[in-house]
Amino acid sequence: MNVEARIPLGRPLLLDVERIRDDFPILRQKVRGKKLVFLDSAASAQKPRVVIDAMREAMETQYANVHRGLHWMSERTTDAYEACRDAVAALLNARDRHEVVITRNITESLNLMAHSYGRGVMKPGQAVVISGMEHHSNIIPWQMLRDERGIELRVAPITDAGELDMDGFEALLADGRVGLVSMTHMSNVLGTYTPAERIVQIAHAYGAKVLFDGAQAVVHRRVDVQALDCDFYAFTGHKLYGPTGIGILWGRRELLDAMPPFLGGGEMISSVTYERSTWAEVPHKFEAGTPPILEGIGLKAAIDYVQAIGYDAIAAHESSLIDHALARIGAIEGVRILGQAQDRGGVVAFAVDRAHAHDVATLLDRQGIAVRAGHHCAEPLMRRFNLDSTARASFAIYTTREEIDFLADSLTRVREFFK
Amino acid sequence: MSSDSFDDLRDLYQEVILDHGRRPRHAHRLEAFDASAKGDNPMCGDRIEVWVKYAPDGTIGDTGFQARGCAISVASADLMAESVIGRSKSDTRALFEAFREMARTGICPACDAGLAASMERLEPLAGVHEYPSRVKCATLAWHALVAALDGGKEASSE
Repeated sequence: MNVEARIPLGRPLLLDVERIRDDFPILRQKVRGKKLVFLDSAASAQKPRVVIDAMREAMETQYANVHRGLHWMSERTTDAYEACRDAVAALLNARDRHEVVITRNITESLNLMAHSYGRGVMKPGQAVVISGMEHHSNIIPWQMLRDERGIELRVAPITDAGELDMDGFEALLADGRVGLVSMTHMSNVLGTYTPAERIVQIAHAYGAKVLFDGAQAVVHRRVDVQALDCDFYAFTGHKLYGPTGIGILWGRRELLDAMPPFLGGGEMISSVTYERSTWAEVPHKFEAGTPPILEGIGLKAAIDYVQAIGYDAIAAHESSLIDHALARIGAIEGVRILGQAQDRGGVVAFAVDRAHAHDVATLLDRQGIAVRAGHHCAEPLMRRFNLDSTARASFAIYTTREEIDFLADSLTRVREFFK
Repeated sequence: MSSDSFDDLRDLYQEVILDHGRRPRHAHRLEAFDASAKGDNPMCGDRIEVWVKYAPDGTIGDTGFQARGCAISVASADLMAESVIGRSKSDTRALFEAFREMARTGICPACDAGLAASMERLEPLAGVHEYPSRVKCATLAWHALVAALDGGKEASSE
C-alpha cells in the first residue's frame, strides 16, 4: 500500500526512527545477549529520556504535595502537576481544562464511569452498549453495574473481518433505552479502529451518550473530542510513553457536573462536617486523595514529546509498519492473522498452526523479541474467533521495518521448529 | 538463517516434549472413572481436566486428560499419566512433590531416594526451571491430578 498517498501534502511523511530510538535508553539493552526487539508496546510502551528526566528532576528539585501547601515547593509542584491537565486538554482538544479528570489508570477511569454515571445518573431499566471486541476493563465494570443496578448490558456484534457490525449496533439502540455506549476506539487485539464519528452520530440520534476507551487509539492518532462530538474519552498514561499509575477521563463539563463523586477523601471536598459534606467542583470532585503527582509530571513530558513529533508523522509511521507487517506475516504459510479491518492500527495478533501462542512467545523471546501471548484481556473476543490464545506484536514510534522483518523471519523458523 | 538459532531452546523443548505435546497418548476422557478434577491457570488461560480410575488394590488403574494449553503443559500431562498408572495415591503425591521441586529448581533431591526410575521419565521437563513463567505450565496437570485424588474438583496452579 502506498503510504504517501494517504498523507496530505506538506506534512512530514515518516519519522526519523533512528533519532527517536536514541531518545529511549532502554532500547540499547540486550536480552539474552541479543538486541532487544520490543514488540509489546500495546501492553505498555517504553519511556523516552525526557519522561524519565522530568520525573527524576521533580523529585530532586521541586517535590511536595499539591493543592494545599502554602509554600514554595508545593506551589511549584502544583504548577508542574496541573500543567499535565493543560497538556491533556490540548491533546484531546477539550473545550475546558476542568473537563480533564486525572485517575490512576484507564481501568479506574472506566470504573469511575460505571459508578458515577452508571449508578449515579442512569436508571434501572436502561442499558449500556459495548462491542464484541472490548478489553476486560470495558466489560467487567458494566457487568458489575448490571448485576447491582439492573442496568442491562448489550454487546454489539462484530463481523468476521473484525469490524463493528453497524446494523447490529444500531439495532441495539432502537428501543431508546440505551443510556451509554462504551466502546473501544481501537481494539488491542484486532487493531480495528471503530468508526467513532458514526458511532457518536447513531448513538446521539437514539439519545445515548458515548464513552470511548482510547487506550490504544490515542497512541497512534490525533483525537479531537470536539470533532468526534463524543461525551467521554478515557486513556492511560503508560501506553502513551508516560509512566504507569496515571489515567485520564475526559468528559463534557455539564455531564461531569451532574455525576456524583466516585471515591471519597481529601481533595474532593468543599467542606466537611460530621453531618454533611459538600463536593469540590469538577474535576477535583473525582480526584480523592493525593493525586499521581510525579506521574502527572511524567505524562506531561510524554505528551509534549508526542506532540513535538506530531500525529501526522506518527500515524504515517504506524500505517507503514502495519502494512509491512500484514504483508510479511500474512505471507507465512500456517500463520493466521486475526482481523482484517479496513481501518486498523499497529497491533497484529496471530495464531501459528501446531504451535501454542505461549510456545511461540518463548521461541521469539530467545531471539530477543518481546511479544504478548495469551487472551490479551479479551477472552470473549478470542472465543468469537474460536481461539484460546494468540501471540501479538504491537508497534510504537520506535519500531522499525527491520524489526518486523526479523519477527517474520523468526516466525518462519518457529514454524519449522514445531513442524 | 535456519532453525539452528533455536538450538539453545532444545533444553526446554526436548524431542520427547515436542513428541508428547504433538501426539499425547493419554489425552482422552475415561468412559468410567472414580475421580476427576479441573485445573486452571487464569494468568495464561491454560485449562485441563483429569480423570482417574482406581484399580481394585487402590492404585491408579488408568488416567486420562483433556488439555488446552502449550506444548509444555500437554507434554507434562501426558508424561504424568505415564508415570502414575499403577502407583498408589501416596506414591503419586511424593512423585508430584519431587517433580515440582525439579520444575522449580532443575534438580531433584528426591531422585536418589527411590524415585530415580520414575523421575527419569519426567526429567525432560527439568528445563522449565530456567523459564519461571513456564513452570506453572508443567505443574498444572499435577495440581489437577492431586485435587482429583483428594476428592476435589478444582485446582489452580496460581
